[in-house]
Amino acid sequence: MLGFLLRRIGLVIPTFFGVSLVAFLFIRLLPGDPVLLMAGERGLSPERYAEMMARYGFDRPIWEQYLGYISSLLGGDFGTSIATKRPVFDEFFTLFPATVELSICAILFAVVLGIPIGVVAAVKRGSGFDHTLMATALIGYSMPIFWWALLLIILFSGILAWTPVSGRISLLYFFPQVTGFMLIDSLLSGQDGAFGSAVSHLILPTIVLGTIPLAVIARQTRSAMLEVLGEDYIRTARAKGLSPARVVGVHALRNAMIPVITTIGLQIGVLLAGAILTETIFSWPGIGKWMVDSISRRDYPAVQGGLVLIALIVMVVNLTVDMLYGLVNPKIRHTR
Amino acid sequence: MTDTLRPAEAASPVPAGVPGPDAPATLARPGRFAEFWSYFSENRGAVMGLVVFVVLVVVAIAAPLVAPYAPDEQFRDALLVPPAFVEGGSSAFLLGTDPIGRDILSRLIYGARFSLFIGLVVVTLSLVGGIVLGLLAGYLRGPVDTLLMRVMDVILAFPSLLLALVMVAILGPGLLNAMIAIAVAYQPHYVRLTRAAVMSERGRDYVTAARVAGAGPLRLMFVTILPNCMAPLIVQAALSFSSAILDAAALGFLGMGAQPPTPEWGTMLAEAREYILRAWWVVTFPGLAILITVLAINLMGDGLRDALDPKLKRS
Repeated sequence: MLGFLLRRIGLVIPTFFGVSLVAFLFIRLLPGDPVLLMAGERGLSPERYAEMMARYGFDRPIWEQYLGYISSLLGGDFGTSIATKRPVFDEFFTLFPATVELSICAILFAVVLGIPIGVVAAVKRGSGFDHTLMATALIGYSMPIFWWALLLIILFSGILAWTPVSGRISLLYFFPQVTGFMLIDSLLSGQDGAFGSAVSHLILPTIVLGTIPLAVIARQTRSAMLEVLGEDYIRTARAKGLSPARVVGVHALRNAMIPVITTIGLQIGVLLAGAILTETIFSWPGIGKWMVDSISRRDYPAVQGGLVLIALIVMVVNLTVDMLYGLVNPKIRHTR
Repeated sequence: MTDTLRPAEAASPVPAGVPGPDAPATLARPGRFAEFWSYFSENRGAVMGLVVFVVLVVVAIAAPLVAPYAPDEQFRDALLVPPAFVEGGSSAFLLGTDPIGRDILSRLIYGARFSLFIGLVVVTLSLVGGIVLGLLAGYLRGPVDTLLMRVMDVILAFPSLLLALVMVAILGPGLLNAMIAIAVAYQPHYVRLTRAAVMSERGRDYVTAARVAGAGPLRLMFVTILPNCMAPLIVQAALSFSSAILDAAALGFLGMGAQPPTPEWGTMLAEAREYILRAWWVVTFPGLAILITVLAINLMGDGLRDALDPKLKRS
């Protein structure tokens, strides 16, 4: 196990340097002078320009600049946003809980619906029910989620007026940010209706972000269940006279879950990409919307820092999933 | 999509040991095509997807003949006309008009050209790049392999849409740059898939036979080994054809892909966003067009997988 761990961590280190190189080159590949870009639309006096060049080290050789960049990254300095003049690191982690909250809700939505759908479809294999469920899953899988979001807004916010269109909570409520998770903070605030407002703001973004993972999980559960249901031990369990519910729910489902758990782990990247679109449409103040806004207002230091931080998060999540999987399944530990 | 990343040992459509170094193992050979078709046509969804896809291709090619109007023709006296089948609609504009009086149906028909073109270009770019890099990595192994795979790890560390967005920021917004950015973001899947297939094939007897017969490394890579690695790549190509259309539309929607007044479906949606509560048809139809196209291609992809790659079969 230790060897496997070290090998996996050993792979992360070159990836980190690669990621930092991409972020480093990002500002230098943009058309135009990096200092002028960072200065924004207002421009600079020649003295200030020279000062900025020296401060960011653009007057030094490129490899020296990269070493400087790496050492500042390792020191926890991810740059300073032009728009807010705050460190990118602080900015990022102020907004990060919003994205995490939305992602957790979306993945829960996908798992809670997707696994039963997949199980039922597998048990009733070949029935009209199965065909309908799987056709729906394929539609969900093919869905342009930005359009899906607009349709849901038309129906639930426009026609039915059930849910709000944007933001995390109604402006009527104001309370300090304790955990950064609106559902928890609104409960802690003790204000009447705050929790309900937070929930109603979460519903549509959750459905939108969870749709593709839901479809993937339902399809994966169905095929994993079908494979397991054909095994000998299932026949044995049936022959022993166990109830069908017990055979499916305990004997089959448990073993079918292994590939499904991997699939769920793989959805993290999908969620982060989906968060970019979902957050933009629902004005959800998370890192996805922040990245899009930073790109469009040319806040390049923010984009640069955000790139590294997002890649780091993806790497840590993948590493964790791999290790958990290695822990559960000894076969993985010894290959690769 | 990720479940196609496994190496497909012995899953090639070519029976092992049959082809000599010169056998062109394309699917077009009559006997093999018939076999492929018999598997493919078993899947009703796949055939339906194929029919829809063919119709889309024909419509896209014949757009000037099929579309009632030019995509940028404005009818100043017919702004936001609802579709013909609802009250207030006009039979002159079957799917209604947009805020500046352009016929939505005509724009959608011309838009099909962009979406199919995007899919084609992205798949070609990432397929060619992925095959070359994957062959090099899988055949040469050693430092080349290590370097290439670490570079792919770096690309995979970024969510693909984010990477595409950032690359478009560098290259400048536009359809061509969006396609390049998406192709780069898809690269690792093809490289890993090719590499895995090459690694399982290169030790086979027919490769050794070809080498003994005097085939050089390039010939071994591209002529001997590659045709036997194609099955998982074709499946992956079908799957990323549809994701490319989705991602390009997403970039267009975020204002970083095709620019207005291009009738690209994602860009049309972005332009229509502010009218969602006033004119549902401006928003509904472009998205529906994307959904139908992507769905048809995904259905075909499922059928292709069942026909070409029994190991990856879902059920």
